[in-house]
Amino acid sequence: MKKILLTFTFAALANGAAAGDWTGFRGPLGNGVSDEVGLPVALNAKKHISWRIDLPGRGLSSPLVVGNRVFVTASAGTRQDQLQIICINAADGSVIWQRQFWAMGSTMCHNKTSIAAPTPVTDGRLLFAIFSSNDLFCLDLDGNLQWLRGMTLDYPNARNSLGMASSLVLAGGVLVAQVENDSESFTAGLDKQTGVNLWRADRPKSANWTTATVQKIGSGAEMLLLQSGDGIHAVNPKNGEVVWHYADGASTIPSSALAGGVLYVPSHGLTALELADDGRSFKQKWRSSRLRPGTASPLVHRDRVYSLNNAGVLTCGDTDSGKRLWQLRLDGPFGGSPVVADNHLYAFNEEGKAQVVDLSAPEGRIAGEMDLGEMIQCSPAVSNGALYVRSNGRIWKIARKTQL
Amino acid sequence: MLGLAPLGQAAADEFDKSVAALRAVGGEGQGNTAAGQALQRLAKGGADTLPALLAGMDGANLFAANYLRGAVEVIAGNTLAKGGELPLVELGEFLLNRSHDAKSRALAFELIARVDAEAAEQLIPGFLGDPSVDLRREAVARLLGQADGLAKVGNKPAAVLLYRQALDAARDLDQIKSISGALRELGRKVNLTLHFGFLVDWQMAGPFHNKDRAGFESVFGPEKNAELSASYDGMDGKVKWQGYSTDDEYGMVDFNKPYGDLKEVTGYAQTEFVSGINRPAELRLGCKNAWKIWLNGELVFGRDEYHRGMRIDQYKLPVQLKKGGNAILIKACQNEQVEDWTVQWQFQLRVCDATGTAIHSATKKNREVAAQ
Repeated sequence: MKKILLTFTFAALANGAAAGDWTGFRGPLGNGVSDEVGLPVALNAKKHISWRIDLPGRGLSSPLVVGNRVFVTASAGTRQDQLQIICINAADGSVIWQRQFWAMGSTMCHNKTSIAAPTPVTDGRLLFAIFSSNDLFCLDLDGNLQWLRGMTLDYPNARNSLGMASSLVLAGGVLVAQVENDSESFTAGLDKQTGVNLWRADRPKSANWTTATVQKIGSGAEMLLLQSGDGIHAVNPKNGEVVWHYADGASTIPSSALAGGVLYVPSHGLTALELADDGRSFKQKWRSSRLRPGTASPLVHRDRVYSLNNAGVLTCGDTDSGKRLWQLRLDGPFGGSPVVADNHLYAFNEEGKAQVVDLSAPEGRIAGEMDLGEMIQCSPAVSNGALYVRSNGRIWKIARKTQL
Repeated sequence: MLGLAPLGQAAADEFDKSVAALRAVGGEGQGNTAAGQALQRLAKGGADTLPALLAGMDGANLFAANYLRGAVEVIAGNTLAKGGELPLVELGEFLLNRSHDAKSRALAFELIARVDAEAAEQLIPGFLGDPSVDLRREAVARLLGQADGLAKVGNKPAAVLLYRQALDAARDLDQIKSISGALRELGRKVNLTLHFGFLVDWQMAGPFHNKDRAGFESVFGPEKNAELSASYDGMDGKVKWQGYSTDDEYGMVDFNKPYGDLKEVTGYAQTEFVSGINRPAELRLGCKNAWKIWLNGELVFGRDEYHRGMRIDQYKLPVQLKKGGNAILIKACQNEQVEDWTVQWQFQLRVCDATGTAIHSATKKNREVAAQ
């Protein structure tokens, strides 16, 4: 179900992940956009739920997909201190393996979130899973533990009583863990083979739930873009050095989206930063208070930028000018970020209602709806003609039945 | 030697060496490379190595325990996937030996329950006083179910006695709340303050400043001299220690009560805890303000986080109590936020062992309360 011609190359390809894999938070490019076509639009539970299975624990992390395997994290137990990593057969929903570890850090969090809030990341060969307790596990795709870290054991004040949620990213071959909180706040670049620190940089002493974005800067190099209340820091992922700083503040909940060399930052509404190709600088392109996102992160598709606010209103803007073009009211609220595939936006609200918006309609049009009946707070994964979405108790595969 | 001699001496030595590599893992990923290699070797072992792997967790740090669990999970998963069997008797014997680590025993129980739910069920009543809070929870749940059944059919005396037994063993807040609620419905008194062991009698001094959140790092008078007769330069003049006792069931010590709903302030509270013996213990604190805590003049820990949430046993701080009086000093800082949910300037503290069982200060008052 792939487009024959890809307009971009996934950096992950060189590492073992294949085109079509969903390798981290908001996909391989970290912006929620998939090049999949042929996903179901007029959703119908009888026709389009390929499978649904119970999960052994809670969570709101996004599933990942590598080939025919779906990976998802969860946590269980009275104290939510059983950290789980589950591998599922994408074809039939059978569990291939499941691993469970003890939490080493704090498992306190707000009732609405979960210890399995951050999304794992994979290079297609190794899977890196982090939890709100700041415990990090590296496994091969067959479930063999390679190494682990307990970063609250290492740095005892690195914790957040509301829960941590920043997802891992891979940048320049380095595994980046954001452990940003009110007290011992840092981001670390880890050797993905051994888990040891390559660098550890102090970060603003303030709780932060955003996930970094990664900019390709030519000849295979990458720049790490860290978002916080202090704005955006562009950081060399090899050594943690700050290259530039947009210092006008940014949200600590929705994350930025990078597309076409422009970073769309939840800052004073939404602020577009044009990034230099060499990663050394930026300049502000526009700013719009009318495109302010709520909890969900903004999306960019073709020449349009989309944001969902906390009232459930989807706003479409022009990527060139930031001018608001249209608004469409969806049923909210939304805790998870939507995704776009084949010119349709897929959003799952906290009531478990899936809503598909046809972005080719002049002012957007709801083209499909389906009720999953459970609170959904994750951003879905899109891979090989299917969507994967999870609740606190289940995971679904949604696809045209011809997939099976 | 972890008991693998039947494998042959060389294999047993290799096994021990691999376990040692896992147990050598330290902070910041130290030893991860050697541990990863050792884990691959151990994960190739048969199901008969499971008890020895579990024993390898005894006294190990959490990094090592998780590495060993990685091996246990792979071996158990592969064995069952291939239609093999787990060594139930050996796992059961391991589980029943309370000298082993609580976590590994709970894992042994989980393995048994995975393959023989009936055998696992039969073991549960024996967990009532178990050092493992997870195993103990199973037994309390069983007892609670039985007591509920008796209450439902109107056998009040038997229900009360079972609830009492369950409460005595319970360490998890949700179970304690269920049981105490049921007892109260049956007209019985429950002293949760005593059950948890919250410290309720304090001396307070304040307010000191916390402008720009600088109070957390500032060293005010009580940190230099905590004598009850001392007086200090506070925010609005001289301040002295004043007695404060909380009647909150969960031991909440509220600085707003003596000082009013202040902002950008720091307060201190101190108490004496009398231990009958030298012993390890845990100070368990709940606090949504920035705080520091000292035991006998030594800083135990501090944290500068404000209004991100609070719960019982939020922070578990291992300490060593000395025989006799132990001075506990707490500093709590309130910040500048003005939202409704930032009014609280408070903490709750208890002293307990590693299972969460309350240790009571050996004071005359406590003895009298316990006897009631």
